[in-house]
Amino acid sequence: MKIIYNILTAFVFMAATTLVAQQTPGDKQSEVLIVNGGTYHLGNGSVIDNGHLVFEDGKIIEIGEGATRRMGKMIDATGKHIYPGFIAPAKSLGLIEVEAVRASDDEDELGEYIPNIRSIIAYNAESKVIESLRPNGVLLGQIAPQGGRISGSSTIVQFDAWNWEDAAIKTDDGIHLHWPSSFRRGRWWAGEPRGYSPNKKYGEQVSEIKNYFASSKAYTDTSVANEAYKAMQGLFNGDKKLYIYSDSEKEIIDAVTTAKESGVKSVVIIGGYEAHKITDFLIAQQVPVLIQHTHNLPKMADDDYDFPYKLPKLLSDAGVLVGLQNADASNFQTRNLPFYAGQVVGQGMDKETALQLITGNTAKILGIDDAYGTLEVGKSATFFISEGDALDMRTNVLTDAFIDGRAISLESHQTELWHRYAKKYGQE
Amino acid sequence: MALFIFMKKILTLSLLVCSSLLFGQDYFPENGGLKQAETEYTALTNATIYVTPTQQLTNATILFKNGKVVNVGANVSIPKNTVVENVAGKYIYPSFIDMYTNFGVEKPKREGGGRRSPQYDASREGFYWNDHIMTEQRAMEQFKYSSKTAKGMREAGFGVVNTHVPDGIARGTSVIVALNDEDGDAQRIIEDDAAQLFSFSKSVKSRQSYPTSLMGAMALLRQFNNDAKWYANGNSQTKDRSIEIFNTNKNLPFIFDAGDKTNDLRADKIGDAFNKQYIIVGGGDEYETIAAIKATQAAYILPLNFPEAFDVSNAYLANYIALEDMREWNQAPSNPKVMSDNGISFALTTHKLDKPAAFLKMLDKAFTYGYDKTKALEALTTTPARLLGKSDLIGSLQNGRYANFLVTSGPLFEDGTVIHENWVQGRKNVINSRDIKDLRGDYTMTAAGKNYDLKISGDVDKLKAEVKMDTVSFPSKISYSDNWVSLSFTDKATDEMYRFTGIVPQEGVNFSGRLLLPNGNNSNFRAVQTSDFSEEKKADKDAKKAPVMMPLTYPNVGYGNVTQPQQQTMLFKNATVWTGENEGVLTETDVLIKNGKIAKIGKNLSGAGAVVIDATGKHLTAGVIDEHTHIATLAVNEAGHNSTAEVTIEDVVDPEDVNIYRNLAGGVTSAQILHGSANPIGGRSAIIKMKWGESADNMIYSNSPKFIKFALGENVKQSNWESRSRFPQTRMGVEQMYVNYFNRAVEYQAAKKKGTFRYDEEMEVIAEILNGERFISCHSYVQSEINMLMKVADRFNFKVNTFTHILEGYKVADKMKEHGVGASTFSDWWAYKYEVNDAIPYNAAIMAKQGITTAINSDDAEMSRRLNQEAGKTVKYGGMSEEEAWKMVTINPAKLLHIDNRVGSIKEGKDADLVLWTDNPLSVYAKAEKTIIEGKTYFDLQTDLAKRAAIKQERTQLINMMLNDKSGKGGKKRPPMKRDKIHFECETIN
Repeated sequence: MKIIYNILTAFVFMAATTLVAQQTPGDKQSEVLIVNGGTYHLGNGSVIDNGHLVFEDGKIIEIGEGATRRMGKMIDATGKHIYPGFIAPAKSLGLIEVEAVRASDDEDELGEYIPNIRSIIAYNAESKVIESLRPNGVLLGQIAPQGGRISGSSTIVQFDAWNWEDAAIKTDDGIHLHWPSSFRRGRWWAGEPRGYSPNKKYGEQVSEIKNYFASSKAYTDTSVANEAYKAMQGLFNGDKKLYIYSDSEKEIIDAVTTAKESGVKSVVIIGGYEAHKITDFLIAQQVPVLIQHTHNLPKMADDDYDFPYKLPKLLSDAGVLVGLQNADASNFQTRNLPFYAGQVVGQGMDKETALQLITGNTAKILGIDDAYGTLEVGKSATFFISEGDALDMRTNVLTDAFIDGRAISLESHQTELWHRYAKKYGQE
Repeated sequence: MALFIFMKKILTLSLLVCSSLLFGQDYFPENGGLKQAETEYTALTNATIYVTPTQQLTNATILFKNGKVVNVGANVSIPKNTVVENVAGKYIYPSFIDMYTNFGVEKPKREGGGRRSPQYDASREGFYWNDHIMTEQRAMEQFKYSSKTAKGMREAGFGVVNTHVPDGIARGTSVIVALNDEDGDAQRIIEDDAAQLFSFSKSVKSRQSYPTSLMGAMALLRQFNNDAKWYANGNSQTKDRSIEIFNTNKNLPFIFDAGDKTNDLRADKIGDAFNKQYIIVGGGDEYETIAAIKATQAAYILPLNFPEAFDVSNAYLANYIALEDMREWNQAPSNPKVMSDNGISFALTTHKLDKPAAFLKMLDKAFTYGYDKTKALEALTTTPARLLGKSDLIGSLQNGRYANFLVTSGPLFEDGTVIHENWVQGRKNVINSRDIKDLRGDYTMTAAGKNYDLKISGDVDKLKAEVKMDTVSFPSKISYSDNWVSLSFTDKATDEMYRFTGIVPQEGVNFSGRLLLPNGNNSNFRAVQTSDFSEEKKADKDAKKAPVMMPLTYPNVGYGNVTQPQQQTMLFKNATVWTGENEGVLTETDVLIKNGKIAKIGKNLSGAGAVVIDATGKHLTAGVIDEHTHIATLAVNEAGHNSTAEVTIEDVVDPEDVNIYRNLAGGVTSAQILHGSANPIGGRSAIIKMKWGESADNMIYSNSPKFIKFALGENVKQSNWESRSRFPQTRMGVEQMYVNYFNRAVEYQAAKKKGTFRYDEEMEVIAEILNGERFISCHSYVQSEINMLMKVADRFNFKVNTFTHILEGYKVADKMKEHGVGASTFSDWWAYKYEVNDAIPYNAAIMAKQGITTAINSDDAEMSRRLNQEAGKTVKYGGMSEEEAWKMVTINPAKLLHIDNRVGSIKEGKDADLVLWTDNPLSVYAKAEKTIIEGKTYFDLQTDLAKRAAIKQERTQLINMMLNDKSGKGGKKRPPMKRDKIHFECETIN
């Protein structure tokens, strides 16, 4: 009975989702396009007022002040703002569609140490949630499996694709490790007292991770297949990054030290609520931080009310390479990525520096800065044009967007419903 | 071995049987020996006797027989057949009463069985419809006297306890028991049904769902009281044993285990509604809101479980402890003193202490905080006796009372005083032999031709010894009982042990005896005291000086106010003023506020005595209003029934939630705290102002408009839970449930008019909806159900006031406009469940353009403090003008809540609830600089910085104090902890 019910739910759900078709991916760039006029926010801290941008075959071939001499189809951006596509790291986008519908949930596989679990093969390039991010300028993302100690391997994708192979721009880029906490919530449902208390098993859990690293590093006899250990090899030869989810200062130090001592070449911290206390350590270890997004409550009762708002600034001011992620938020919230960055401006951060938190810095941290994250000659033409300041919700209104030079649709399931009913009421 | 135990049991039993013959039961046959009555008196003479805590007699005698005092005084004539004990120099006090225990009653255990689907109906028949009302439960029937527990209690000074079954909301009656090991229940039980007991906690023995929340427990108690009245008038056709017993026992004292300072008030409120003054078992935090506690006029029973210091040695972990929890450690021992200084009557209890042995230690801690010792004695004797209505039997040593008293070596509660005996019903129980002497001091000990220095210290009944020869000291052990001293030490050089055993004579403290040498030979020794302990005692006292106590704040948590904000006359100069009225946005404009109201808006205003605020380049708006929040509450859902109109969030508003302060920092001044969406008919709302530091009642709007939460869709049909047993399971069922309830409310009102009806709080509330006196805010998602509820309302001739969430409102905006309902929605939420697939961020704009009063709400503690930005999103999604966008978080929600005549816009005469922003308030870059409610500044960026500094300083100070604290047993401290504060959303079931 239950199975029938589930099948039924799945069927009903699929039926509903296919009622409205997804946006069709844009065609390959076929001619030289020139964006003329407007303010160019490069994503590396610089800005060009009243400039131009020329792109061909999906690549930026010229960017600068004033007008260009090149010939091509013109896009007038006078009075508008041009930004590199925003990048959303550490998300399960495309792995889950509707949180409460189990049939649509593919984000968390069974098992504690499963680095060989690969997000990309389950990635739904036609997710309605993903297409709803694009009208806000979020054009790229890192798709990460969730849960467990080592959840699996992520892949970086662009958000305008026919299928997952089309979408991938860096496959199996990193492995995601959830570091244990030395202070943990009582499992009240299992009879423990409610509230948080020291985690007595912390030491044991850390040794377990160390052992796992040691075992996977020792895996050289490939005649016996071990897909999990095989997946780990990239960490030791520098092909893959290790993304460690951790918030507290002690745990971050433990995590980075453990990873480096185990031979992991490149480590990124995700979370970092207390990273501001150990900035010297992070800089010395060359560990960047994908900091928790700003629209969060303070974790401790006595913390400054605006602590989450200013945390990225505290790290940035200290010289840590920092980007923003919203791993702990619902996927649909990812369209608010620009506003998470805008929030830091209210705390005194320069707007162009704030922009780097979701563009240039993130690209560097994810290792895709050779092609994405900034508006520079030779890089991918992945950018958008907004009527106004894209970091402020009042003025983030996109008119055009391009991924690898392809003009993409800014419509979505949501805008279609909007037009349909606005028309019904004669509002358009 | 087994046989031996068996034999021993029989022996104990027969001893009990024998001795039980001694009192009272003279008509019982006796076959185990010869029957004879006791005729002797007992007298203790030459004592200092406290007949009551304030009536002291010196050189007095207490004479008693058959367990009761016959006479007490300085000139008591002692009959011939009296056993006389001369207790010269000793003190006699009435022994203590603990009126809140579960002595001899096993605490019921929750039955296992994992997570089954909820049980909605009662397990019993012929009793009240709710299993958690167990007025028929009698401790008398479950109680089993425990000599072991009694011994522990007696050692702490207690002679009588009131005991009950600590389970359920109505817990039945308690029994008063004397801690008399020797005589049976016929003698020791003083009252079979002493008091009725209540709490807010459900029985662990029943799995019946209702109530799932504190507010549900309150509603249940109210309804039960109403039903009891109705039943007493003979209206019921059927028999209800719970109610009958409750009514029979209605004149007994009612003891309510409230457990903390706010629940104290909740309990009292219920009592007041039914003309019964409860005796309230408090939580020990009453000192934080003492005025409100005093105003209850209730008597209290206070536990003394002062928290241990935290182990803050690990700086990383110490970080997790909140200031309020550190403060609690520092401040809680002041509770008895504060209560006493405020003239509040209370008894003390061992309740919540692991062992009664800790009681006197905790009491001692209260004394260091200035608690008066005479008051403490009252709280342990005359007060509980009076509260139990048993002053004629216990609590004092006047003639006719039970001979329940303590014999002590000196004044009670003083350092060095020991309890020698605890007499219960004339039965002597020795705790520390009266012959015990204070041996502490320095001695010269001569043994086997050598001289040693002996220093005896520690407690009188638990000594420590230090033996030295010249400068070499030897590890030593000492014990002292029944006049015999045993002392041993090891000569470290030779690793040889010397053992001494000696007797202390009747006169003096010098002792002598036999020494067993390491070689097995015997010798003699003698210890002569060279100086007594008095000097060190004095030093010890100095060390016990009053502790430093951190000042209280309002509320008493981090970011609390040291002093409450005062109403000011303020003049904002040169601001960009977002009026929210027809005047629109006025630039370079002044606003004067006075007496908590907006006095004037204009150019070049002057205000005599006004605090002038230069608002050049800044934006002044009305305070943000959140139509839908769940902060500042201790409960959200009463999920035990599908309709819970009888519960109200007003009962559970939590004024200490730091999210109130954070909301202020986001410019929010008012909000509706809604019941959750667990049931089609939810509970009533609380509409509050964010008056941080005020009591819950002061936060709630005066003459508040009346609201109730309704809910539709997946939550009420429990689609996402493992529950399939509660009606409704479909949207079709939801409609019929509403129709059913409204029909019943119509019938209820008709019956009420006729005068014969059972008062039903739930029906009263639903009738208010039908009469247009209460407004619905209905949680809603898809168009079908939205349309349905409007049709049901049409059928019963009322209007739905607000659809909240209303994510598919845009699909039926024309119908909503026609019905006249308002909308309160999320700016951009969707994709979290199936029914929000078609939720679009353009929803607010479409509805507003269709002429519907539209607000943006939060339903989320994080988002609520950025509602200004959420309003800004409607400019992006759907192209609202900035002025109209701003109204969505100010005047529009004010209209939906029917408070737009008071707040929501900048208009002369309205409440001065204002926010000064650093930037355009719709912008992500804007920060609230000042947030003002009724002319009082509740948030200010500068003050906030000062508060941060104060928190840092106070934390450091408290951490240092805790590092130095040695009060725990063996320096024991508790591990760091952080409370699990739940951030409620609609769907939270707590």
